[in-house]
Amino acid sequence: MDFLNALVALSNFVLIPGIAYGSQLALGALGVTLIYGILRFSNFAHGDTMAFGTMVTILFTWWFQSLGINAGPLPTALLALPFGILATMALVVATDRAVFKFYRQQKAKPVVFVMVSLGVMFMMNGLVRFIIGPGDQRFSDGERFIIKARTFKQMTGLDEGLAIKTSQGITVVTAIIVVAVLFWFLNKTRTGKSMRAYSDNEDLALLSGINPERVVIYTWLIVALLATVAGTLYGLDKSFKPFTYFQLLLPIFAAAIVGGLGSPLGAIAGGFVIAMSEVIITYAWKKVAQYLLPESMEPDGLVQLLSTDYKFAVSFAILIVVLLFKPTGIFKGKAV
Amino acid sequence: MTETVKHTLLFVAVGLLLLLEGTTTAFGVFSGSWNSSLTILNMGLISAIMALGVNLQWGFAGLFNVGIMGFTALGGLAVVLIATPATPGAWDAGGQRILLALILGATTIFGAILVYHKMSGKRTRPLAMIAVLIVGFFIYRGVLDPGVEAVESINPALAGNIGGLGLPVLLAWPVGGILAAGVAWVIGKTALGLRSDYLAIATLGIAEIILSVLKNEDWLSRGVKNVVGLPRPVPYEVDLQNNPDFVEQAAAWGFDATTASTLYVKLGYSLLFTAVLLVLLWMAQMALKSPWGRMMRAIRDNEVAANAMGKDVTSRHLQIFILGSAICGIAGAMMTTLDSQLTPGTYNPLRFTFLIWVMVIVGGSGNNFGAVLGGLLVWFLWIKVEPLGLMLMDILTAGMAEDNGLRVHLLESAAHMRLFTMGLILLLVLRFSPRGLIPEK
Repeated sequence: MDFLNALVALSNFVLIPGIAYGSQLALGALGVTLIYGILRFSNFAHGDTMAFGTMVTILFTWWFQSLGINAGPLPTALLALPFGILATMALVVATDRAVFKFYRQQKAKPVVFVMVSLGVMFMMNGLVRFIIGPGDQRFSDGERFIIKARTFKQMTGLDEGLAIKTSQGITVVTAIIVVAVLFWFLNKTRTGKSMRAYSDNEDLALLSGINPERVVIYTWLIVALLATVAGTLYGLDKSFKPFTYFQLLLPIFAAAIVGGLGSPLGAIAGGFVIAMSEVIITYAWKKVAQYLLPESMEPDGLVQLLSTDYKFAVSFAILIVVLLFKPTGIFKGKAV
Repeated sequence: MTETVKHTLLFVAVGLLLLLEGTTTAFGVFSGSWNSSLTILNMGLISAIMALGVNLQWGFAGLFNVGIMGFTALGGLAVVLIATPATPGAWDAGGQRILLALILGATTIFGAILVYHKMSGKRTRPLAMIAVLIVGFFIYRGVLDPGVEAVESINPALAGNIGGLGLPVLLAWPVGGILAAGVAWVIGKTALGLRSDYLAIATLGIAEIILSVLKNEDWLSRGVKNVVGLPRPVPYEVDLQNNPDFVEQAAAWGFDATTASTLYVKLGYSLLFTAVLLVLLWMAQMALKSPWGRMMRAIRDNEVAANAMGKDVTSRHLQIFILGSAICGIAGAMMTTLDSQLTPGTYNPLRFTFLIWVMVIVGGSGNNFGAVLGGLLVWFLWIKVEPLGLMLMDILTAGMAEDNGLRVHLLESAAHMRLFTMGLILLLVLRFSPRGLIPEK
C-alpha cells in the first residue's frame, strides 16, 4: 500500500509534470534543431517566436470568448491556435525575406547569423511587449482537470491523490500528433525528403536540382507551427509572460544540443532528458521518502537537491557535461 | 576630410549632446540640467568600458559572448564582498562553515576530475565519477546548510549576510575583474574550441545562473533584499553641504550648496571613471598594435591558416575571452559603486548584455575608439528613446479622443519601444554599415 502511495505521489509530482514539460521543450527544441539543420545557425529569436505565436493565439482566444465561442470542456485556445500559427508563419517568412535572406546570399559566417537573430529577437520581444504588455496572462478555460485528486482517492482508496490537468493531457496528445505528422512529412513527402537532403549535404542537394529557397521557406513554416504550438501549450500549462519565454531559450537550446543539434529525434529525447532532470532535481522528495522508508529513517528536511530557483542551473549543468564529454550529443548531431 | 578629423568630430558631437543636455531644454528632448547630463555621462563611461571588453572579444577575436550581464553582476558582488563591513558574529556563527563547505564542494569537483584522468579507459569510470559527485554533494549540503541558516538568522532585517572585508571600495574594482575572469575561465575551458554558437549558449546560461545565485543566496548578497548604502570613493553630499568652505566656494561660482554638492560628487565619479577608461583604452590599443594583437586578428580572419602557422587557437581564444570578461567585471564593480547599492533584481539581459552589443556594433567592432564612442552615444540614445517614443505616440494619436482605448494603450506601451528600436538599430547597422561608425583600420 505504501509502495502504491509512493508511486502515485511520484507520478503526480514528478512524472506527469515532467512529461508535459518535456513535450513542450521537445517541440521547442525541434524548431531550433530544424533551423540549425537547414539554415545552419542557432536561432536566438526562437523563444520570442514562441511568445509571438502564443500572443496571437491569446488575442484570438479572448475574441472568441467575447463572442461566446468555446470548445466545451477543451480550452478555447485550441480553436484560436490555427490563427496564431498563420500569423507566426507570416511573421517568420517576412523576417526571413527582410533580414536573413541577405546574409544567406552573402554566405555570411554562422556567428553573423546568430548576431542577426539576436537583433530579430530584440524586435520581436519589443513587439510582443508593445502589443500585450510585459505582464502575466492566463488564458486557459474549459475543464481544469481530467482526473481530480479527490476523485482518484475515492476511486482507489489510496491516501495519495493523482491529478491530471487538462492542459497536461492536451500537451501530450498534441505533441504526439505534431511529432508524428512532422516525421511523416520529413520521411515520406517529396518536400520533406528534399529538406533532409539539403540538411545532409547542401552541395549534392543543389546539384540534384533542389530549390534552396523553397526548402528554406518550408523550414520556416514548420518552425512557426512548432513554435506556436509549443508556446501555446506551455502558456496553457503554466502562464504566458514574455520574459519567461525568452528564458525558455536556455532549456530549449540545452535540449537540442543534448540530443544533437540538427537531429529531430535527438531534440525530442533531449527535451525529455532536460525536463525530467529539472523536475527530479528540484522536487522535494520528502513525501515519497515517507512512504518508502521505515519511520525511524524518515528525513527531517525536504530532501530537495536544489531549490526551484535553480532550475536553469540544471539544464546548464547538463549542457556543460554534454559539451565536455560528447559535443555532438546523444544522437550524433551535425557539427562540433 | 581625413579619417582622424571625422572620428574626432564624432566624439565632439557626443560631447555636444551632453553639453546641450546640460544647458538647454529645447526640442523637448534635453532636460537642461547638468545633474542629468553628468548622470548620463557617468553611465556612458561605464558602458564604454563594457563595450571595450566586448570589443576585445568580438572585434579582436570573433568570440560571441552573450553573458555580459553575469560578469557585470559578479563585479557588483565584489563590491559587497570587499567594501562592506563584516556582519558582527557572522563569521563565527556560520561563515567558517560556509567557507569549509565551499572548499569541500571544490574538492569534490577536483576529485571527479582526478577520477576522470586516473581511470581513463576503464568501464567503471562514469559510475565512479557519479559516486564521487553524489557523495560530495551531500557532504557539501550537510556542511553548508546549517552555516547558511546561522548567518541568515543574524539580524535578517538589516543584515543576514556575511558582509565583506571592510576594505576601500576602489579595491573592489580589480577584484570584480578577477571574479569575472575566474568564471570566464571555467566557461571558456568548456565551450571554446567547439562551434562558435556553443560559446554563445554557454555564456547565456552562465549569466542566468550567476543572477539566480545572487538572487537566492541571501547569506552572500542578501538576495532580492538588496545591499544598500555601499561605501563610496567620493564624499557624501550632506558632508559637503555642512562644510562652510565648500558652501562659500560654491557661492563664489554662483551655485547654491545643494546643486553644487551633487555636481561635485558626480564630477568626482566622472573623473575616476575617465581615468579607468583611459588606462584600459591605452592598454587595449597597445595590445592591438602588439604582435599579440596581430596574431589575434590573424586567428579571427583565418583560424585554419593561423593554426597551420603553429598558433594555438583555442588557448589564445581562452586568453582573450578571460581578459574581455575581466573588463566587464571591472565595469560592473564600478557601476555598483556608482549606484552604491547591489540590486540583483534589476539586472536584465536586454539592458546589460544586448545593449552593450548594440554599442560595439554601432561604434565599430575591431576598433577600440569605436567601442568607446558607441558606448557613450548609444547610452545617450537609450536614455532619450523613451521621451522621444512618447512624443511620437503623442503626435500619432493627437487626433484621437483622450479616453480612446487605442490611444491609452499606445501611450502606456511607448516604454517598450526601446527594445524594438535597439533591435532595429542593430539590424540596420549590421546590414548597411557592418563596420560601424569608426571602422577597423
